[in-house]
Parts: sequence; structure tokens; C-alpha cells
Amino acid sequence: MLNYLIKRLISTIPVLLGISLLLFFMLRMLPGDPAQVLAGQMASPEDIENIRHQLGLDRPIYEQYATYLSRLVRFDLGLSARTQNPVIDEIWARLPNTLLLAVVAIMLACLFGIPAGIISAVRPYSWLDYLVTMSALFGISMPVFWLGLMLVVVFSVVLKWLPAGGTGSWQHVILPSITLAALVIAFIARMTRSTMLETLSQDFTTTARSKGLTEKIVIIKHALRNALIPIITVVGLQFGLLLGGAVLTETVFAWPGLGRLIVDSILARDYPVIQGAILIFGLLYIFVNLVVDFIYAFVDPRIRYD
Amino acid sequence: MNEQLKPLLEIKGLVTRFHTLDGVVKAVDGIDFEVYEGETLGLVGESGCGKSVTALSILQLLRCPPAEIMGRILFEGKNLLELDREGIRKIRGNDISMIFQEPMTSLNPVLKIGEQIAEAARTHKNMTRQEAWRWAVEMLRMVQIPGPNSRARQYPHSFSGGMRQRTMIGMSLSCNPRLILADEPTTALDVTIQAQIMSLLHRLKDEFNTAIVLITHDLGVIAEMASRVVVMYAGIVVEEAPVKEIFKDPRHPYTQGLLGSIPVIGRKRQTGRRLQEIPGIVPSPMETPSGCRFHPRCSKVMNRCCRQEPPMIRLNEHRRVSCWLEAHSTVKKSQAGGR
Repeated sequence: MLNYLIKRLISTIPVLLGISLLLFFMLRMLPGDPAQVLAGQMASPEDIENIRHQLGLDRPIYEQYATYLSRLVRFDLGLSARTQNPVIDEIWARLPNTLLLAVVAIMLACLFGIPAGIISAVRPYSWLDYLVTMSALFGISMPVFWLGLMLVVVFSVVLKWLPAGGTGSWQHVILPSITLAALVIAFIARMTRSTMLETLSQDFTTTARSKGLTEKIVIIKHALRNALIPIITVVGLQFGLLLGGAVLTETVFAWPGLGRLIVDSILARDYPVIQGAILIFGLLYIFVNLVVDFIYAFVDPRIRYD
Repeated sequence: MNEQLKPLLEIKGLVTRFHTLDGVVKAVDGIDFEVYEGETLGLVGESGCGKSVTALSILQLLRCPPAEIMGRILFEGKNLLELDREGIRKIRGNDISMIFQEPMTSLNPVLKIGEQIAEAARTHKNMTRQEAWRWAVEMLRMVQIPGPNSRARQYPHSFSGGMRQRTMIGMSLSCNPRLILADEPTTALDVTIQAQIMSLLHRLKDEFNTAIVLITHDLGVIAEMASRVVVMYAGIVVEEAPVKEIFKDPRHPYTQGLLGSIPVIGRKRQTGRRLQEIPGIVPSPMETPSGCRFHPRCSKVMNRCCRQEPPMIRLNEHRRVSCWLEAHSTVKKSQAGGR
């Protein structure tokens, strides 16, 4: 187990290297000059040249990458071109907000998605099943920004129960996390339904029933436990995506998270912040996948890492 | 043999139909038989003749709909089909338990072996967690799993097919049931393991005084285990007899065909005949033949067989057969006796 963990941790190094390489060169292929953006419309060519020199953009690109990499191995993500603050501070300031939203949204999604999926698998083609399937379809097809705006209109503008945006209290978390959770609930409900339908028709479920176990035990202990692997996979992937920041939701609710930091930085061509934020996102994604793999082994005794 | 005994299980006019998109499938089409206390009844027939569906109907383990079960299933005089869900649940695993054909898929892959045996005992016998676990280990010991204490903590994937089927047997016996429905318990196993499992089942049956309905297409197993045999074909019973008589003097052409298709070493030298087969296949339950269901495959088919379904003829207390040949000879005999 420990050997496996060490192997997995070592294997993250080439992945991160790959991300940094791709990101570095793709960013520099973007049209637009960071020095021009920073200096503003009225700047003289000399000013722009100065800024370009300051940022090291006048050196050959492989030299820039080498410098970036040598700083990276010392855990130095550089300074933001826009604010001159260390990139790591910019990210740290946003990360807790993103984490909070992601955790609450994924908890909501599991809390509603899994039971909904179970109900529709236990009573397939009943009106409850159709209700769940229709809601899931709605959840998947609905544009996130539209749902966010509708929630604001109803709960903030008309009913005045909840704040329309910003941070600071638990009330601020409710609307953005519901907006984020809607899509994930739908995904989880559909995955739970299809895998539960499969495990409910397996031989061991009939064995469990033939022992005279109550229907609740047959469904939860026998069928659901066997259906968990694909459900956990979906939850892990969705959680990984939420950690990267939910750009649209964060914009609608003026939520200061990673997603908005990345978008603002792209608009300002703030290379160090974009590189740093996406690298951290990659790291989190790898970590979530690792955790998911270990949960597999916990849920299914046939899976062993050694 | 059974005159003084009361039947433990009486099946009367059992019909099990499945409503599918292609139409109604009659898997079991009006069967009757009894099982007495402590006996082993063999239920024989080709694949698809309705043997397994009969067993699943008794415990109502079929999903309804699409299945529809009609008739009467009397267990100790009580009609199981009239019980509510809770009522039949209390019977399952407790009074009547079941052993399935596929030991590789019948156990839950993510639960410990001990837990899978213990949960039945916890449900029906109100045992605590520790008591039930100790009981599960005891059951594993009884079905001759070596090192039951450590084996109980393992998962099914560490068990071989034979060990899993032993586990299933231990599980089925864990609440001391009156009746076990064993649905092809050895079909998926090696021949050597088959013999072990059968002798184990035989010994435990006597120890627990449990009745067994042994569903199989293996007449060798029947010869060794069963005291009576019910032969099924295309959803109905065609013959019933004590085991010795069915091997000595099979009456229904189908039973004769089944027995003729068992390979016997030296048969050709003794009888001059090769191994025989029954031509054709079991008819689809959606389009049963007119008249006698066996007539398209029967070697002794008569005109009447194609038009009219043969009645069930009772030959004596223990024997009955559904065939026009018997009907004719019985009529002749009674006419001869009348003169």
C-alpha cells in the first residue's frame, strides 16, 4: 500500500511537468502582448519595451521556460504581473472560497443524487422514476448561468431571503452551491440509477432476498455497495472539476474563487498567475484521483494495491 | 411410503407467466406435486422446462410484474401465495431456503463470507452480532471448510467454486429450514467436487431432517440422492414415480428418452444400440405444440397425441404419468378386469 502511494506520488512529477510545458507555450501563443496590456493604451513604445524587459519577455522563449522551471522546483511561482503580489498569495486568498463551494456542492449532490437514483432504480418506469429522470434531464441541460440568475431573482430579489452575491456568511454559500450542485446531482442520479438497476438484477441480490433479508438491507447493503464504484468515480471527477473553480457560477454570484482569478488573469495576460493557478488545479485534480483510487480499495475488497 | 405422512409442501395448479413485450410466456403451466418431510424429491427436465421458475415461484423471488404466479403453494397447510411481502420474507431463509446454480455469482463479492451467513441468522433468530458470527463459523466448520475462523473473515474471491457452494449450503442451513430448494447445485462444478457436494448435502439433510427439492437435469445425481422423481417437460409434469421405478420402468416416452441418453459403458455390446438422443429441442413457452406437448419429438406418437392433451393417469399410489399410451393400456386393463 505504501509502495503504491510512493509510486503514485512520484508519477505526479512528470504529469505536472507536462502541464507546465503545455501551458507555458500555449499561453504564449495567445494573441495580445502582456506588456501592452499592463502599460495601457496611452503608453509610449519605450514604456512597453521597459515593461517587457522587466517581465523577461524579451529573452528567448526556451530561456524563459528554463527560468520558470528553476523557480518552480524551489516552489516559487513568481509575482503577478498585474498586482506585483506573489502568485502563491493570490491563489491562497481564493482557494478556501473555491474549496468551500466545491465541498458544499458535492455534499448536496451526493445527498440528493444518490437517493434519487436508488428510488428510480428500485421502482423503474414508475411515476417517481420518470420524475427523477425528467429532473435529471433538466439539471443536465439547463445553462448554469441561467439557473443562477433565476435563483437570484426568486430568492434574493422577490423573496429577499438570501443575498444575491458576495461572501461572508453561510447564507452567501447557499445559492451558488445549489447552482453548482444541480448538474452534479443529475449526473450522480443517472449513474446511480443505471448501476443499481444492474446490481439489483444480479444473482447475489436474489440470494440476499432468498435469505429473507428486509428489502432495505437488500437494497442498501447488497445492491448499493456493489454499485458504489462507478458512483464514486463520477463524484471524484465532478469534485475535481469543481475545484478548478466554477467560472460562470462565480461570476454570477460575484464569488471570489479560483475560477474568476483565472479568467481575470487571462484577460490581463498575467502569465505567472495563470500558470500558477492551473498548476495548483492540476495538483488538486491528481490528489482527488488518488483519494478516489484509495476509496475503491476500501469499498471493493477485490481491489488491492501492492 | 408416504401414506401416513402429511405433505410439507403441496403445489396445486401452479401457473407462472411472464408478461413480455413479445407476448405472454407460460414458463410453468399448471403443475401439481407434493414434498414430504425429510425426503428428497428430484425435479428433472431439460433446460427451459420450468424447473427453476417453479423453485423461484415457491419463494416468490421473481419480479412481479413481469411475472404472474397463480395457483396454490401450501407450506404446512398455509398458502404462500396469500402471504403479504413481510409474511413471505419471514419464510425465506428461515423455513424454506434456496441453493443456487452459480456459486461464482451467487455470493456478494464485497461482503465477508461470515457476514453473509450471519445476516440470515441475525434476521430470523434474533441473534446478536457476535452470536451470529460464531454461528456462521460453526456452519462453515459443518460444511467442512478448513480453518473456518479465518475463512469467515475472507471475501468470496478467495474461495474456489466448490468452497463457495459449500458456503451456500451452510448459508441455506443456517436457520435450520424445513425445506431446501436446491437449483442445480452441482451443475457449475467439477465432477469430483460434485460428488463431494452431493454427499455433504446428503449427510446434512439427514442430520437436520430437512426435505430437499433437488432440481437437476443430471439423472446420476437423482439416482443417488432422490427418493421420488417428478419429470417436467415444457412447463408441465409428465411423470412422477419413486426413484427405483423410474429407472427400472419409465412409462413416459420423454422419461425413456432421458434415460436412453445417459451414456453407459458397454451398452452397444449388450443391447446392440448406440447412445440415443431425443430429437429436436424443448418448444418455446410462447408457442406450445397442440395436443401432447411432447408429440413433435416423441418416437411413439399417435394421431390422437397431436390433437388432444393427454390426461394425468394415476397408475398407483405413488405413480402417475401423462401419456395417451398409458391411457389406452389402462382402459384395456380395466375392460379386461371388468369381464
